[in-house]
Order: sequence, then structure tokens, then C-alpha cells
Amino acid sequence: MNIHTTPQRTPAETALIDAFSDRLSLLPGDGTVMLKRDDAIEAIKSGLPTRRIESWHYTDLRRLLNAVPDFDPAAAAKAIAPIVEGSVILPVLNGVSSAKVPVIDGVIVQRLSEKLTDGSIAPGLDPYGTDDAIGALNTAFVADGYFVDIADGAELDKPVELQNLQAGGQTHVRLAVRVGAGAKAVIVERQTGEGAALVSSVSQLLLDEGADVTWLIVQEQPDTATHLAQFKAHLGKNSKLTLFVMNAGGKLVRQEIVVKTTGEGADFTLRGINLLAGDTHTDVTMVLDHAVPHTASTEVIRNVVTGRARGVFQGRINVHQYAQKTNAKMACNTLLLSDDGEFSTKPELEIFADDVVCGHGATVTEIDHSHLFYLMARGIDEKSARGLLVKAFVAEVIEELDDEAIVEALETRLDGWFATHG
Amino acid sequence: MLEIRNLHARIVDDGTEIIRGLNLTVKAGEVAAIMGPNGSGKSTLSYILAGREDYEVTEGEILYNGQSILEMDPAERATAGIFLAFQYPMEIPGVATMEFLKVAMNEQRKARGEEPLKIPEFLKRVKDAAALLDMDMAMLKRPLNVGFSGGEKKRAEILQMKLLEPKLCVLDETDSGLDIDALKIVSEGVNALRAPDRAIVIITHYQRLLQYIVPDSVHVLYRGQVVKSGDKSLALDLEANGYAGVIGQAA
Repeated sequence: MNIHTTPQRTPAETALIDAFSDRLSLLPGDGTVMLKRDDAIEAIKSGLPTRRIESWHYTDLRRLLNAVPDFDPAAAAKAIAPIVEGSVILPVLNGVSSAKVPVIDGVIVQRLSEKLTDGSIAPGLDPYGTDDAIGALNTAFVADGYFVDIADGAELDKPVELQNLQAGGQTHVRLAVRVGAGAKAVIVERQTGEGAALVSSVSQLLLDEGADVTWLIVQEQPDTATHLAQFKAHLGKNSKLTLFVMNAGGKLVRQEIVVKTTGEGADFTLRGINLLAGDTHTDVTMVLDHAVPHTASTEVIRNVVTGRARGVFQGRINVHQYAQKTNAKMACNTLLLSDDGEFSTKPELEIFADDVVCGHGATVTEIDHSHLFYLMARGIDEKSARGLLVKAFVAEVIEELDDEAIVEALETRLDGWFATHG
Repeated sequence: MLEIRNLHARIVDDGTEIIRGLNLTVKAGEVAAIMGPNGSGKSTLSYILAGREDYEVTEGEILYNGQSILEMDPAERATAGIFLAFQYPMEIPGVATMEFLKVAMNEQRKARGEEPLKIPEFLKRVKDAAALLDMDMAMLKRPLNVGFSGGEKKRAEILQMKLLEPKLCVLDETDSGLDIDALKIVSEGVNALRAPDRAIVIITHYQRLLQYIVPDSVHVLYRGQVVKSGDKSLALDLEANGYAGVIGQAA
């Protein structure tokens, strides 16, 4: 006989369940969408994931999420300057998209609230597994965001910047993007704001044959915010995705990256930097499926840990049985600058094909004293010399992006972080 | 300019004493060569002058313009005008060479109470110095010393020395890894820096470099002490007869 005992709900779980009842009548969606919301809240009712769930082992969400703020529809957020000058801005202010959708040649932009209301986005709302707590949370509450469709062959000459700007309270946002065959785009996903917010944000990307996308996630939440984000992508034949993730803020952050190569010749590049300070927790978890033959991926994550910050990188690469000639390389390098900082890194390779090249590596180091001596021997004082070396450690990853405007924009964000935390 | 009195120093990690009662005086305007067999403490001496923390001075004094430098960190020594051209310059990925040069020059100017260099003036100085050393500006766009050949690294050291205009230059085996053409260029670069208010200490294993940079004094270092001093003819004597004779006299 099995006796099922439901552990007592945490205040955060109770708050989420109550919030769902309160919000239900305000949430957009047709019948199918509402059914998916019901399923999602059921998943939350069975409890937030704990360290006993493998994929949440280093981020015990149930323990770490100790408060959930109320929705605050009256809070105001204002669009900010884009990181690359001249970008087209798609603002989501306090969880609400703009009624005035920008016009971009070769691109259809729609408010996500409309796609929820007509139900056309419903199939994408399913969580990807039983441990997909972020997917469930977002599906239950998502109210807005954007749907972006880039036509076949379109080449966007300006980056498109999605600005998800929270103003305290809760925001649950989704961005769904399809990039047509042979199309080319740079998409920036800004995640920031000013309040002690709970943010869930899910981005879905579909790359058709030969599409070429650079996607930058720049997360700079205040150290009071909980930021739970997911990036999901399917890479079609001969498509190319360069994903750059920069975490430089937030109190409790989890950024999931779920990528699948679905067409031969697909090429995925992940470059990530985590700048960790204060008493914060930041988790980047990647699940990458090489599902077809002849696809390639490289992942490089660089972490700088200061103060009492804790960081996590989980990188899982699944090479399916038929995915011969897969070429995958993953590296996670951490610069640990304080005695109280902590970083956990867990690479996992699961390979069912027998003709592949896969590798991974992880390092944790301090500043190289001979490098420090060299810089100081040229008259650069210790503080500046350390700053140069730490910045160099992460800047290396940025410079690889090989696009002057983007590199410059990201280095500006980097300088901003070092100015406050360096 | 430089006065080292009864210097004793050891490796911090294992306590091995490397410098054992070293005395040396180098005057302003002088070019002093320090020679000696492997393991005599030549490179250690250069690191101690620059302030590397791996070595601990247990006794004695290093005076620079009459002031002790032992309590100064490497950056303070550099700003005071002491420069070490490294035998093995560090490769530092992610730090752009030009950015590094700019920061170093301006940090030193700041410490001396001078205004930072304007970009065009900075660029002009770098271009002029690079031309003199026959260096390609494209090289300076790369990360600091990364992928530089041995000879390029040595040239880059002399380039830095030229730009930072130090008063006491210490060159640690600058000739090693240089072919004859590079040796000439580097030597010319160093000779151009000879000045009445500047002292240059050349640490070398071989006499070869001293054909191009003619020293005013030559000192033989053995087991952490200066065992013999003389003029440039001492270097020729060492070249002809080896270190054995000099060391034999000392022992």
C-alpha cells in the first residue's frame, strides 16, 4: 500500500496557487490555452522542485524561493536605450506588450496576448518535462510578450531588442520567434527592472533551413529580483545559432537553455558569462540534443564569483543514436575571487552514437599571480591590474562574437558591472 | 642611482637562499652588465628589484636614488621609474596590447600627477616607438604577447620600456631567443635609451649582447654574490676563458 503524503506547502507555493485563482479571470486564452494553464498549476500544486530532483539538485527552488510578490498592475516601467544603437525595440513593460507594434520590413510582429486569446500559440505552451518548473510557472501565468515571424530570406540590418522590464510584483512573459529559411537576424533579450519582482520569461526560437541568428540574453536584474528564464530553440537544416548569455544581476536566477538540432548541418554556439556578486544564486542549465547526424556545437561558459555568491552550470549534451558525426565541445571556466563564493559545474555527456567527437572541460582558478606581477611591474596598481585580468577573462568570450557593435555594447555592460562590483 | 648593500634573499615557498650578501652600485648614466653561470641568481636579482612577491629579502638593503624600495610593491617601483624587461614576458589573453600600453602609461602619469595622454598623442608615441623597433602595428592589436614569437616578445618589452621612459632599466636575458638581426634592432633600441640620468642593468649569460650594447661596468654573479667587477674587458675575458677562472679565484 502506498501512502501519499503531500508535504506542507511553502509560503511561496501557497502564494502562487492563490495568485492563480485571483488572476484566472484576467488571463488571456481560449479553451486550449486555459486547459494548459490548468495542467501547469496542477504541476505547481504538487510542489516546487527540490534538490531531490536531479536537474534542480544545485538549485533547490522550493527552499530558495521564499517569497512571491503580489501582482502590481499599477507599477510603471519605462523603455530604456537599447544596447546597440538604432535597434528596433519591442518593449514589455511590467509584463505588458506595446499596443503600438513596430513595423519592420519582412517581419510580422504580434502581441502575444492576441496569440493566447486566439489560441494559436497553445501548442508551444507545453512544458518539456515533469521537472520543467519554469515552463509550468510561465504557462500558468503568461499574459503577454511578442510573437515574431521573420520571413524567408529576410536580412535584418538592425538588431531587434526585446526589453522585458519589470517594475516589482510578478511578470510572466513569453517571446516566440520563427526565423524563416535563409533569414538573418540579431535578437537581443534584455531582462532588467527595478523591483523585488518574480519574473518568468520563456523564449522560443525556431530556425528554418539556413537561418542565421545571433541571440543575446543580457540579464541585469536588481539583487532583489527572482528571475526564472528559459530559452528553447530548434535548429533546422544548415541553420546557425550563436547564443550569448550574460548574467549580471538578480537575487535568484535560473536560466535554462534547451536546444535541439533537428536538421543536418545545424551549428550551435553558446557563449556565456556569469558575473556573480553579493549574496546571490545564479544557475545556468543547458540541455542540448544532437538529434540528427552532422551537427556541431561549442559551449564556453566563463564565471566570475565574488562575495558570497553561488553559481551553477549544468551542461548536458545528448547525442542521439543516429546523430553520427556530431562534433560537440563544452568548457566551463570559473574565476573564484572570494573565499565565500562558490561555483558548481556539472558537465554531462550522454552519447548513443559511435562516430562522434565530444569533449568537455571545467576549471576553477584564482587570478594568475605571474600575470598580476607583470601588469603591476608596468606601474598598474593592484586594484586596476586585478580588474584588467578579471575583465580579460570574460572579455575573451565577448570578443569572439566578431561583430564590432555587439562586442562594444557588451563590453559597456561589462564595464558597468565592474564599476559597481569590481 | 642603484645601491644594493649586503642583500640576502630567499624563495618564500621553500626558504632556499638565492642571494647571499650581494653588493652592487650602479650610477646614473651607467650601463652595467651582470653576468654569471646558470643558477647564480641573476634572474632572481631582477625579480627582487621589480618586487616579485615570491622572494623575500631577509637582510640588507636596496636603495634607489637613496631611498629604500623594499617596502614598495611592484606598481610603486614601476611608477618610481624602475623597469624590468622580462626574460619570459607573460602572455595575457583578453588584454589588448594597445589597451594595456595606454593603461600602463596613464597609470604612471597619474601617479606622477600628470594628465592622461590624449589618444592621438598616445598613438603617435606608440607608432614612433614601433617603427624604431621594426614592429608591425597589427601585432599590437593582438592580446598582450599572445602568439608573439620569442623575438616579438622581446621587442614588445623594449617597446614598453621606451614608452614608459623609466630611470632604471633592468634587462633580464633580453638577448635569449633573438636572431642576429633582431638582436641588432633590440640593441639599437636600448642604446637609444642611454642617457645621463638613466641607468641600465643588463643581465646576460653571454658576451654576445655586449658587443652591441657596450657596458661601462661588468659584474660577475656567482652563488648570489658579486665575485668580481671590472670594465668591458672583463666580459671579453669571460668569453675567452669561461667563468671557471673567475669563480676559482672567488672560491
